Amino acid sequence: MSRDFLLRRLLIAIPSLFGISLVLFVVLALAPGDPFGELVTNPNVPPEVRLALRAKFGLDDPIWIRYVRWLFAMLQGDWGFSFVSRVNVDTLILQRLPTTMAVIGASQVLAIMIAIPVGVLAAAKPYSLFDQIANTFAFIGFSLPTFFTGLLLILVFSVQLNWLPFVFTTEIRGSGWPWLWEYVRQSIMPVTVLGLFQGASLVRYVRSSVLEVIKLDYVTTARSKGIGERKVLVLHVVRNALIPVVTLVALQMPIVFGGAIVTEQIFRVPGIGSLLISAMLANDTPVIMGVTFVFSCLVVLFNLIADVLYGWLDPRIALR
Amino acid sequence: MADPLLDIRDLKTWFRTEDGLVRAVDGVSMSIGAGETLAVVGESGCGKTVTARSVLKLIDMPPGQFAGGQILWRGRDLIPLPPAEMDKIRAREIAMVFQEPMTSLNPVYPVGQQIAESLRTHEGLSRKAALDEAVAMLRLVQISNPERRVHDYPHQFSGGMRQRVMIALALACKPKLLIADEPTTALDVTIQAQILELLVEMKERFGMAIMLITHAMGVVAETAQRVVVMYAGKVVEEATVEDLFAHPRHPYTQGLIRSIPRVDASATVRRRLEQIPGTVPNLLNPPEGCRFAARCGFAVETCRKVEPPLREVAPGHKAACVL
Amino acid sequence: MAGSTPASPSASAGPAVRAAPAFSPARDAWRRFRKHRLAVASLVALGVVVLAVIIGPVVWPVAINDIDFSAQLKPPSFAHPFGTDDLGQDILARLIYGGRISLAVGLVAMIVAMVVGVLVGATAGMSRGRVDAALMWLADLFLSLPQLPLLLLIIYLFRDGLKAVLGPEGGVFVLIVLVIGGLRWMPVARLVRAQFLSLREKEFVEAARALGASRARLVVHHILPNALGPVIVAGTIDVANAIIAESTLSFLGLGFPPDIPTWGRVLFDAKDYLDVAAYWSLFPGSAMFIAVLSINFIGDGLRDALDPRRVL
Repeated sequence: MSRDFLLRRLLIAIPSLFGISLVLFVVLALAPGDPFGELVTNPNVPPEVRLALRAKFGLDDPIWIRYVRWLFAMLQGDWGFSFVSRVNVDTLILQRLPTTMAVIGASQVLAIMIAIPVGVLAAAKPYSLFDQIANTFAFIGFSLPTFFTGLLLILVFSVQLNWLPFVFTTEIRGSGWPWLWEYVRQSIMPVTVLGLFQGASLVRYVRSSVLEVIKLDYVTTARSKGIGERKVLVLHVVRNALIPVVTLVALQMPIVFGGAIVTEQIFRVPGIGSLLISAMLANDTPVIMGVTFVFSCLVVLFNLIADVLYGWLDPRIALR
Repeated sequence: MADPLLDIRDLKTWFRTEDGLVRAVDGVSMSIGAGETLAVVGESGCGKTVTARSVLKLIDMPPGQFAGGQILWRGRDLIPLPPAEMDKIRAREIAMVFQEPMTSLNPVYPVGQQIAESLRTHEGLSRKAALDEAVAMLRLVQISNPERRVHDYPHQFSGGMRQRVMIALALACKPKLLIADEPTTALDVTIQAQILELLVEMKERFGMAIMLITHAMGVVAETAQRVVVMYAGKVVEEATVEDLFAHPRHPYTQGLIRSIPRVDASATVRRRLEQIPGTVPNLLNPPEGCRFAARCGFAVETCRKVEPPLREVAPGHKAACVL
Repeated sequence: MAGSTPASPSASAGPAVRAAPAFSPARDAWRRFRKHRLAVASLVALGVVVLAVIIGPVVWPVAINDIDFSAQLKPPSFAHPFGTDDLGQDILARLIYGGRISLAVGLVAMIVAMVVGVLVGATAGMSRGRVDAALMWLADLFLSLPQLPLLLLIIYLFRDGLKAVLGPEGGVFVLIVLVIGGLRWMPVARLVRAQFLSLREKEFVEAARALGASRARLVVHHILPNALGPVIVAGTIDVANAIIAESTLSFLGLGFPPDIPTWGRVLFDAKDYLDVAAYWSLFPGSAMFIAVLSINFIGDGLRDALDPRRVL
C-alpha cells in the first residue's frame, strides 16, 4: 500500500471531524441557557477562573469566531476542568480512556470471533438447520438491549451462582497472576454483553456478504481448480467477503460506543462512558463536552482505520 | 471411434426452483475422443453450459441435482465420485475456461498466485517453483513481460488479456480435456479471433481434447471437428462439421446455419434469414412432442404429440426429427 | 425459514422461464410474508402486547402510583401478578402504562425519521449535482455521529427548556422523539435516493414524463410507491431501534422522569434490587425484549415480502 493512499485517507478524515465538531457546536449554541454561561455563573468556580473563562469563551463575539476558537481549544486538548472533581478534563479523560478502549477492543475481538465462523458456516449451507438456529440467535442477540443482557448476566453469574463480581474495580489488591486473574474475571461480563450484541448483528452481515460472494464467477473458477472446498471457502470466499464487513464494523462503531456507555454504567466500569453519565447527573458541563468530543474523534479514527484496512484487503482500491 | 475420453450418457441435470422443477439438461448424450474438438451449439438457455458444468460437477446442489445418467471419464463415472476424488480430476485431467474473463479471476490475488494455486495443490510444487511455472504459462499464452505481469492483479489486465490468463490457469496442470464455455462471447470481435487461435495452438501443443461451448456457428466451422446441437435441454443433432454444414437435418440446425452472418450476402437478405421465429420453450413444463415444433416451419401433427428420438440418419450423423 | 426467500438459481445454472405471476402484488407479498413462520408468530406476539397496553387499564384498573408500604417488594401473587416494587406499587399496572409510552415513542420517532428521510432522499434523488452531493455528505456525517453521547448531550442541554414550555411529560416526549428520529433518518434517505436514481430511468417513469406529468406528480404517484417496500422495512426496524434508544435513556436515568414508568425507567429503578427482587427487572426487560424481537422479525418477514431481492 502506498503512502499516498494513507495520506489521502487522512485528508478525507478531516472534513468529517470538522463536520462532527460543527454539529456539536451547533447543539451547544442552540441550547437554551448558555452552557458556558452556566459555567461562568457557577458558584463553585473561583472568581479569577470565572473571569478567565469569560475572556476565553468571548461570549459576546460573533458565532463563527466562537466556533473557531472553541474548535482550536478542543483540538489542543484545552477542555477546561471539571468543577466536580476539580481536575483538568483532559487528565480525567486520559485516565479513563484506556479502560474503555480495552473493554471495547476485547468485545470487538469477541464479536468477530463469533461472527465470522458462525456467519460463514450459516452461509455455506443456507437454509440448513444450523443457518436457521444461527439466524434466530442473531435476532435474539440484537433484540436484547445491552442493559437487559447485563442485568441478566449479573442475575445469573453474580446473584445466583456467585461466580463473577458484578462491580468492576481498579483497586484490586495483589499483583502478578492473581491480580491478572481478578482483572479478567471482572471483565468477563462487560466484554460478553458488548461482544454478543455486536456479534449478533455482525453474523448477519458476514452471512449475507458470504452469500453474495459465494455465487460469484471466480469462486466457480477456484472450485474448477480442484483445490478442495475448504481452501475455496477460506481463500476465495471468506477472504473476499470480509472486505465489505470491515466497513460495516466501522459503521457500527457509534452503536458500539452507545453500548459501551450502558455497559460501563451497569458494571461500574471506570471508563469514559460512566464518566459521561455521572457528569450529566452532576451537571458537569466541561466533562460532558470533553467526553462527547472524544467519542466523536474515536468514530472518525475507527472510520479511518477501516478505510486503511479496506485498502489493504482490496488491491483495487489501494492501487488506484 | 475408439474408447472415448469423456462419455456422457443420458445425463439429466435438473433444478428445483420456487416455481417448480426445471429440466435444464434432460437426457443428453455426447462423447469426446482424445485430442478431439467437439463443439456444443445452441441458444442461451438450451442447457449447454449446464452440461459443461455438470462434467466438472460445478453445479450448486441444491438447487441442482443429477436426476439420472452417467458421466464417464475414461470409463469411470464421475457422478457418484466423492468430492476429494473429484478434486483430483479437476484441473489435472479436466479444466475449464469460463465465459466472463472480467469476473472469473479473484480480484484480491495477483494472477500468478492464482495460476500457481492449482500447481501447488496437484503437483506439490514449492511456492517458488509454482510461480516460475506460472511465468512460463503466461509466456505461453503470449502475455508480454510475464516476469513482471505475474505479480499484477486481474484489474490491471484487459478483457482479452484476462482470458489469456484464464487459459494459462486452466492449462497449468496439462489437462487432457479443456472445457471452454463461450470463451470469446464477452470479448471484442478482433480479440475473439485471437483467443480462438490461441486455443487451437494450445490444443496442438498439448494434444488435449476441447469441448467448445458456443452459440456462434461461425466459431464452430473454424475450430471443431464434430458438433452437437442442443435445443431446450436435448440434443437435436450430432455430426461432423463438414456433414453438418453440408447436410443439416434438423430444422433448428438449418435455422442456426442460415443465421451465420455472411459478408457476401446483402444486408436485407441477412436480416431476414438471421432469426428463428419464437422463443425457447418453458423448461418448467416443456411441451409434449418435439420441443422445437412450435417454432418449426415443417412441423406436422405428430411432431406435437410424439417426441422424436435421436437416430442415426447417415453414418456418424444423428438427428432427432421425424423428417 | 431462515430469513429470506431461497435464492433463485443464477442465470447460468438454471435457465428457468418464470411463469407469469397470477397474484396481485399485495396478495403476493402476503403469500411471501406468511411463509416466514417466525414473522407470523411475531405479528401475533406484538398484537398481544399492543392489545395489552391499549385495553390493559380496563382489565387491570390499578393505579400506577398507588403506594402501599405494607406490600413492598412482594413477588408475583394473585393480588399483584407481576409483583410490587420498593414502594409497593403494582408492576403490572406500571408496565401497561409504560408500554404505551415506549411503543408510542417508537412509533412517533419512526415517523419523524421517515418524514425527514423521505424528504431528504427525494430532494437528493430529484436534484442530482451539488445539492445531492451535499445532502449525501450530511447523511454520511450523521451516520458517523456518536449517537448515544449526542442524544444524551442534547437531552441534557434542552430538557429544562422544553419542560418549561410543554410540561414535564410532553417536553421529554417531544424531545426524545425528535432527537431519536432526527438521528435515524439517514438509512431511509439513502434508500429513497437510491430508488429514485434507479427508477427515474425506468420505462414507466419515462412514459409518464413523456405524457407530460409534472415533477411533483411523478414523485408522488410513480416513484414513491415503488420506493415504498424497502422504506417500510427500514421503518419497521426503526421502531425497534427507537424503543431501545428510549429505554436506554430511561435506564441511564436521563429519559422520562420517575413518575412516568416507561419500561426502561422501571428497569432503572429495579436494577439495584436484583438480588432481592429479580422479577422486578425480568418483567419490564422481557416486555421490551418481546416487543423489539417481534418487531425485528416482522421487519424480516416484510423484507421477504416486499423486497425479495435483498439478502440482508
